[in-house]
Amino acid sequence: MIKISGIYKSFGDTPVLKNISADFQPGKTNLIIGRSGAGKTVLLKLLVGLIPPNEGQIFYDQVDFLHIKKKDLRTLRMKVGMLFQGSALFDSLTVEENIRFPLDMFTAMTKKEKSDRVNTCLNRVSLDGINAKFPSELSGGMQKRVGIARAIVLNPSYLFCDEPNSGLDPKTSLVIDELIKDITIENNMTTIINTHDMNSVMEVGDNVILLHEGKICWQGNKDEIMSSDNEILHDFIFASPFLQRLRHAAVSNGFDI
Amino acid sequence: MVITKLLDHLGKYLILMGSAFSKPEKTSMYYREVIRQMHDIGVGSLIIVFIISLFIGAVTAIQFAYQLDGTLVPDYYIGYVVRDMTIIELAPTITCLVLAGKVGSNMASEIGGMRQKEHIDAMEIMGVNTAAYLIMPKVLAAVIIIPILVAIAAFVSIGGGYIAAVPTGLLSGQEFVMGLRSFFIPYNVFMMFVKSLVFAFLLTSISCYQGYNVKGGSIELGKASTNAVVISDIMILLADYLIAVVLI
Repeated sequence: MIKISGIYKSFGDTPVLKNISADFQPGKTNLIIGRSGAGKTVLLKLLVGLIPPNEGQIFYDQVDFLHIKKKDLRTLRMKVGMLFQGSALFDSLTVEENIRFPLDMFTAMTKKEKSDRVNTCLNRVSLDGINAKFPSELSGGMQKRVGIARAIVLNPSYLFCDEPNSGLDPKTSLVIDELIKDITIENNMTTIINTHDMNSVMEVGDNVILLHEGKICWQGNKDEIMSSDNEILHDFIFASPFLQRLRHAAVSNGFDI
Repeated sequence: MVITKLLDHLGKYLILMGSAFSKPEKTSMYYREVIRQMHDIGVGSLIIVFIISLFIGAVTAIQFAYQLDGTLVPDYYIGYVVRDMTIIELAPTITCLVLAGKVGSNMASEIGGMRQKEHIDAMEIMGVNTAAYLIMPKVLAAVIIIPILVAIAAFVSIGGGYIAAVPTGLLSGQEFVMGLRSFFIPYNVFMMFVKSLVFAFLLTSISCYQGYNVKGGSIELGKASTNAVVISDIMILLADYLIAVVLI
């Protein structure tokens, strides 16, 4: 479980996150949603330690992440996998080398064991046989799936995904969402996804946190979203004119949305 | 204000170098990277070093022959001057200035590009000491391979002096060789290697620092690449002066 409390972050005089506290449960997909500029990416970067908060605490299973010893930090890092918005695959390495990189760096596995592990991960993301390809030879969706394979190669306990569906068509997005959800349940991982894709929210949102102007303004699960009377949440969900028309039509036909 | 900024950069540079030279996570990964960098820097720069050294040696010989014209200084001094100019100054300094442009800008762009594409963030999250993994192999490879390139440059430059002076009749081959063998001080070769080591460290570490701290987009990456070359060149010339003061 990841627990954060009293997180405050500002850049210069501009506050981005104001007193954020939340729990992220294992075996569940936790979503951080909100409009652009709400502070989602900053929160995710704080959680993985890429930037430090001004105030507050971050706990990974009772381990104080902000005051951890360097040696313990490396051990903890090995339990963390991350899927980046742009996949962040190393261009000069093949798919196999990309996925194998954490194994090469941190394990004493034999070549055969590493190869088997890479193939297992590739199989898990339904990309068998593309080991020798370079990232530039793959589609956006395939790159994301290779990114997921690399993120899970060390069997992490925590998975972070930054906008996993950005730049993907709705069908491929669905595949990625299902993949992340299944992997989370299979490995009992604490998964945190930063997204503004409402399809993702409604598909995999076990625990949804809505950020608005640097504060948590709503928290619940996907089933509670529709019944919530939070106006900011509704403005966010029904931001598109198409959904507004759909909602209007539903309401005028007696449905309560 | 400028001094504060300079001190700020110096502090950040020293901190980065501190973490770049910490214990590797896995020696074999770093070893592989050092070998790759040695190949890229060494083999990749051989042709340009060869061409530049050849012409520098040739120009030195011709210029000095022109200076000697009508004087009582013996012709074999051309070989002597080409040798010492090459060993003491031209081979290490010019080679490293050229390498700052070729290798330094390349390193700044490579690391800066990785920063922009979040490759460095990805490695950080995996637990890799990115400063060490990305910088240490480059600097190590450079301090191993650049002195070898400088030695090659010295030989080629002397060869260039021979080609420019002997076939054109400025002096005989025997005189040139006699000049090469006259007043030889082995300490000058030691100085050449000291310079090449220091310059190699400066050009790679400064370039890596520039790339590692890129913030923004392609314009900032271009600026970092330019800064890597300009600052490396200035620091090489400053170090050249200091080494001359200290070692001579």
